[in-house]
Amino acid sequence: MIVGKEDFRKYVLSLSEKGKRVDGRGFLDYRQPIKIEYGVSKNAEGSAAVTIGKTRVICGVKTEIGTPYPDRPDEGTMIVTAEFAAIASPDFDPGAPGEKSIELARIVDRGIRESGAIDTKKLCVTEGEKVWLVFLDIYIQNHDGNLIDAAALAALAALKNAKFPKLNEDGTIDYHEHTDTPIPIVKLPVACTITKIGKNLFADANVDEEKISDARITITTDENGTINAIQKGGEDGMTQEEIAKCAEIATEKAKELRKYLG
Amino acid sequence: MSKRPDGRKVDEMRDIEAKVGVIEEADGSAMFRIGNTIAVAGVYGPKKVVPRHLEDPEKAILKCYYDMYSFSVPERKRPGPDRRSIELSMVIKNALAPAIFLKEYPKTQIEVFVSIIQADAGTRCAAISAAAMALADAGIAMKDMVAAVAAGHVNGEVVIDLNKEEEDIEGTSDIPMAYMPRTKKITLLQLDGKLPNDKLKAVMELGTKSCEAVYEVEKKALKEKYTPAESE
Repeated sequence: MIVGKEDFRKYVLSLSEKGKRVDGRGFLDYRQPIKIEYGVSKNAEGSAAVTIGKTRVICGVKTEIGTPYPDRPDEGTMIVTAEFAAIASPDFDPGAPGEKSIELARIVDRGIRESGAIDTKKLCVTEGEKVWLVFLDIYIQNHDGNLIDAAALAALAALKNAKFPKLNEDGTIDYHEHTDTPIPIVKLPVACTITKIGKNLFADANVDEEKISDARITITTDENGTINAIQKGGEDGMTQEEIAKCAEIATEKAKELRKYLG
Repeated sequence: MSKRPDGRKVDEMRDIEAKVGVIEEADGSAMFRIGNTIAVAGVYGPKKVVPRHLEDPEKAILKCYYDMYSFSVPERKRPGPDRRSIELSMVIKNALAPAIFLKEYPKTQIEVFVSIIQADAGTRCAAISAAAMALADAGIAMKDMVAAVAAGHVNGEVVIDLNKEEEDIEGTSDIPMAYMPRTKKITLLQLDGKLPNDKLKAVMELGTKSCEAVYEVEKKALKEKYTPAESE
């Protein structure tokens, strides 16, 4: 952004009165191209890179054997992490994960967990003793806004791409040999984030729009339209009407994004 | 003639692919793939030093960050820096610094970030080659390029560019090297293993010769980005 924030905001608002956005998109259009590349990192059990416009996010799946939680002795678990690596944006600083990367990981986690996307009972090896732990690690490669939607889609794509490694008789894992057994995915939760600038609601905000936005809401829905996760972000409040409208938009947009999973 | 696990000749590197300009937000960026090892580098700067009391009135500060993706290796690595990545970040910085006119940019910092997306040995060398191209892509004044590849000593023979399988053979020496092709100076040299003393010369000869070949790949990738398409 070359101009000051204030001036840029005025410009965005004046364009919006004519029904336009800075990059020529409609209010509810996602940037193009939208691309999903599978198997971008061969040592991972599964991996995927998602591109939305210039935003690019990579997610990889790794597995380990661990002990189940006492209250769920026959279910495996999933752990999501996200790194806002400073390679991806002049706005990121090197160092430990900050609140934004933790928030992103937790939104992605909730969508997958609450939708029951992974059949965690099938991750059980020996009840009460051994279960598969599924790690989903998200790395931002280029940040041009709307990281949440890209990350959630990358996580789901990486899971769909994942095959279990070989489990030896003695309980150790041979990571050099992957089986043909996929990680059981039974739901497809897709996150869609709507950004509020003034009275306007934009889908898929780019990084410049995000910087001058008032509020943001992410709504994750599965293929039946059930809402699995919501995260309201940003500093300003939103009205009930606005949120209801966002839910409607997010559900429709999630259907479009889901198609890219093939 | 001993056979290498993947059938390569002793002086044969794995296939190499390089691309300049892979991260839009960065001031300069590049991807370097050698066999199954993939490194992506992004450069930001020269920019203001934070915290400011660290700035050098004489020259730019070079900062390097080597980051191995958790899923780049067979057994998951915890995300974030560890002792290994901190040391590698330092040796990568020392390998690149001699090639940069740091005095051209006093009171600034230049940040180099390298992500290892997929690892099959030789990641620090791939990181250096990617970073050198990213620095050039960022338009930073350089007195030379830096090209890097690991030499090795496997089953009694001096070889180039070990993969992980070779690196894990008992008694192997791994000898990562970085080289400035114009000034003919070695800017990174490490070794771990057991190398007979009389082999060091041969290692350096094969290493520098191979770095020259890597340099050609780097040049080609840079030219591909900056040469305008032929007009009719």
